[in-house]
Amino acid sequence: MRSCSAECELLTPGSLEAVLCLLHDEPGLWTPIAGGTEIMVLYGAGKLTERKFVSIAVPELREITEDGGWISVGGGCSFTQIRRHVGIQKHFPMLAQCASWLGGIANQNRGTIGGNLANASPAADSPPALFAYGAELELISARGKRRIPYEEFHLGYKKTALALDELIGTVLLPKRFDDSLRYVRKVGTRNAQAISKICMAATATVKHGHVEEIRIGMGSVAPTPLRLAATERALMGTELTDAAILNVVIWEARRALASETAPIDDIRSTAAYRTLVAGNLLEEMLRTFAGAAR
Amino acid sequence: MQSERVVGQPVFRKEGLAKVLGAARYIDDLSMPGMIYGATVRSAIPRGRVLGIEFSPGIPWDEFTIVTAKDIPGKNYIAMINNDWPCLVDGVVNHPQEPILLLAHPDRHLLPQAVAAVHVRYEEMSSVHSIEESERGRTIIWGEDNVLKSYLLEKGDVDAAFAQPDIIIVVGEYTTGAQEHLYIENNGAIAMYDEHAGVTLWGSLQCPFYAHKSLMAVTGLPEDKVRVIQVETGGAFGGKEDYPSMIGAHAALLAMKSGRPVKIVYDRAEDMAATTKRHPSRTRHRTAVTKDGKLLAADIELCLDGGAYSTLSSTVLSRATIHSGGAYFWPNIRVRSKAYATNTPPHGAFRGFGAPQALFATERHMDRVAKAVGLTPEEFRRRNLLLTGETTSTGQVIRQQIDLQGWMERALDCANYREKKARFDRENPDGVRKKGIGFAVFLHGSGFTGSGERYLNSLVGVDATAEGRIRVLVSSTEFGQGTNTILCQIAAETLGVDYDVVEMAPPDTGIVPNSGPTVASRTAMVVGRLVQSAALGLKQTLIASGLLGERYLTEEFQAAAKAHIGKHGGLCSMSRYQAPPDVYWDDQTYRGEAYAAYAWAVYVAEVTVEVTTYSVAVDDFVALQEVGRVLNPVLATGQVEGGVAQGIGYALYEKVSWDRGLMKNNQMTNYIIPTSQDLPKIRVYFEEVPFEHGAYGAKGIGELPMDGPAPAILNAIAHATGEDFNAIPLLPEDIAERLAAGAPAAQEMATV
Repeated sequence: MRSCSAECELLTPGSLEAVLCLLHDEPGLWTPIAGGTEIMVLYGAGKLTERKFVSIAVPELREITEDGGWISVGGGCSFTQIRRHVGIQKHFPMLAQCASWLGGIANQNRGTIGGNLANASPAADSPPALFAYGAELELISARGKRRIPYEEFHLGYKKTALALDELIGTVLLPKRFDDSLRYVRKVGTRNAQAISKICMAATATVKHGHVEEIRIGMGSVAPTPLRLAATERALMGTELTDAAILNVVIWEARRALASETAPIDDIRSTAAYRTLVAGNLLEEMLRTFAGAAR
Repeated sequence: MQSERVVGQPVFRKEGLAKVLGAARYIDDLSMPGMIYGATVRSAIPRGRVLGIEFSPGIPWDEFTIVTAKDIPGKNYIAMINNDWPCLVDGVVNHPQEPILLLAHPDRHLLPQAVAAVHVRYEEMSSVHSIEESERGRTIIWGEDNVLKSYLLEKGDVDAAFAQPDIIIVVGEYTTGAQEHLYIENNGAIAMYDEHAGVTLWGSLQCPFYAHKSLMAVTGLPEDKVRVIQVETGGAFGGKEDYPSMIGAHAALLAMKSGRPVKIVYDRAEDMAATTKRHPSRTRHRTAVTKDGKLLAADIELCLDGGAYSTLSSTVLSRATIHSGGAYFWPNIRVRSKAYATNTPPHGAFRGFGAPQALFATERHMDRVAKAVGLTPEEFRRRNLLLTGETTSTGQVIRQQIDLQGWMERALDCANYREKKARFDRENPDGVRKKGIGFAVFLHGSGFTGSGERYLNSLVGVDATAEGRIRVLVSSTEFGQGTNTILCQIAAETLGVDYDVVEMAPPDTGIVPNSGPTVASRTAMVVGRLVQSAALGLKQTLIASGLLGERYLTEEFQAAAKAHIGKHGGLCSMSRYQAPPDVYWDDQTYRGEAYAAYAWAVYVAEVTVEVTTYSVAVDDFVALQEVGRVLNPVLATGQVEGGVAQGIGYALYEKVSWDRGLMKNNQMTNYIIPTSQDLPKIRVYFEEVPFEHGAYGAKGIGELPMDGPAPAILNAIAHATGEDFNAIPLLPEDIAERLAAGAPAAQEMATV
């Protein structure tokens, strides 16, 4: 450990209300820590700049509930909880799948969905599925609650819509994708315990061979996890069942994708590879959907 | 040969129970009364002069023990072949992460801050960071020409062979990258100093007497005032051959200055950035072959990147040079090899020791030569593989009964090679998943090269304790590979007693004789043989003394041993190395018996290259080898499986990202090794041709499995894709760059 525990302070208020009060009374002073799978890595490497932490591992944030048309996942739910939840497996299988791809078993036991989103890594595993499933977030503070579409959460590299006194209370998933076509893929540095070089999830409705609705999320191709709005626009209404037309659609979609992504060279991969493979995944998705629609 | 009771049986590991129960104590589990903790201030530049060292305020410096090169009582080097590797920087820095200054304090949590608060001012000098830059020689960083060592191996008349008419000439260049050992336990040591006893070092290490030699040099203490004890060691792979002498010397210097026991244990980031790796290489082959596919001549130029100091590079280069010819008969061969200096932490020993680099080039090249003469890889190899009675590239006559052609056929059959090859050729054009199958045939010399074993002059003992237990006395160490188990098996077999009553004496230089370093696949063959002979001596002593009959039970043997000890005060038998007869080696011309024996192998890899992501999956792996007598089938199989996994990592995953000599990805998140989810079933087969001078016929096995996977896999990828990839590690990014050279989207548009 390259950090010194004596230099750090950790509060464990024990209840959601007490945590929110603390964050409200001293905004910006306390860094929330849930599973710690990100913070403790930085701590071990001596790269953690924060010194004051408040544990948000409280029971109120750890519930998954099904209510009418929605499944609500508490921000403190672990990926193990998510991957094992029968309702999520049934209605949002790509989210369960992404949860199973995240880190190792220990990471899945400790790491939370709220932490995964608030940490805001462009390479995070759960965001693409949340985009594809039209997720919404309920942000909570001592001041009250507000609900936003997940698309409005990421504002820039490691910048989110969370105010200093806010936490991710709930991730809300509408149960309206059971009949959608779906595509999900993670390209990691290896098959397990890997950070994504690129990851993608999509849902679509194809009627009479034409795209009626499509939602695509992608990671590691921009400073934030990205919903591919331009690519979706380019695909809306297009025909997938004619082979010659499909080639044109793919070409147009690749072009739209290139217009809204800006991958970089980093320690895990190269911009050139990411650009190429993002396009290949998009093509694989369209061919999969076309095959299913025929 | 199958009549033994203990040898050849899958007996349990001697230390296995303690490891499984968590009772085994590694270096960081140990504590000494009054012990304090050490840390290392390292260079931040690749090359330059140290102008000054400043200690920032805010740290209680008076509480710290501080050691610089000025505090070294003896010589400022790690005692190796050339003694050019400084223990601590004295004025000049030659690579990033070079140790400059040592700190020790009772509170280990204060050390990272203290290390960060030491500011070293430098005058930077130009530095060298690749074989090519070093070869160009614009900046000279070592000796007169940056060449740490060079060899010339020559057999026959190479130039005349290339001048013949009607031959085909095939050329190729092959490169391999650095590789990190990634043993589970990082480097660590504890040293204690006492005016009367001298220095005692406990360490996670392979070679107690190497550390002993270096500590004598650094401390200036005599032989009997330096004692080195190996503690349970969590993996090594060659990475704990030389570096423990460094960290051990550092701990000793701090202990001498502070007067207290000092522990230094690296964390993963420091271990990966500062300690040794496998030598990167570049090999150029020029091959003359007849139109009917008979090899005529090889002209090979092999270069290694040795890093900033010569350390073990000359011996790694030597093994690479000798293995360059592979398992083939060459009427004419020339190998010119050089190890170049670069401003990188010195590259060191790593399982295979130069052979994986050389054999990657040779076995990749042989597939290309086969193609050039219009033969299949297997038919081309069949025509050229070494036969008993033929000579290797050093002119060594193969006396052992080998059957490389038959072993190749067996391995190919096990892999269902021919049927799969035909099927993949048929199915590949349509799919986005391209399948391929490829193989490599290779060899690995057991034991030290040439006259090395004679210089080592190893000594081992077998003794009995007053309680009637039998002990094996060697400096050969256990670090996961099975030394304890096989040596006890050999002793138990020879003595005619139960395996359970035989144990290893503590690996302590104050107790055990010098049986040489635990390296070079020499423990089973060389040390094992000496254990066999020492055990035989012990048994004969008891029989000759009349205390033991010709037939006896274990308890009777133990009673006889106790009686002997009661009468004579002890019972011990020693055995010293003797070279096998008719062995000739010339260090100058590189002619003669390079190794007492070779292990042989044929590895077959089946892969899928997925062209959506350009990723490679190894789907099936057949590893067939002839390693002499297999002493313990479970351990031997484990050695092969582990070596193959490490070889798959070497070929497809493990890439050290360098930034001017500094490893940037010094964390397991970004230095990628394969997990169980990335590995195929590894199917292990043995052929056994007992070697008469090895223990119960054993030859070396530890390094062999590291040599074959990379060329077999790259040959399979060439089959799958039709593209020649000649560099490892081969990552999806590299495959993408080649396969997607034309923009796919644009091409598709053209077809609409």
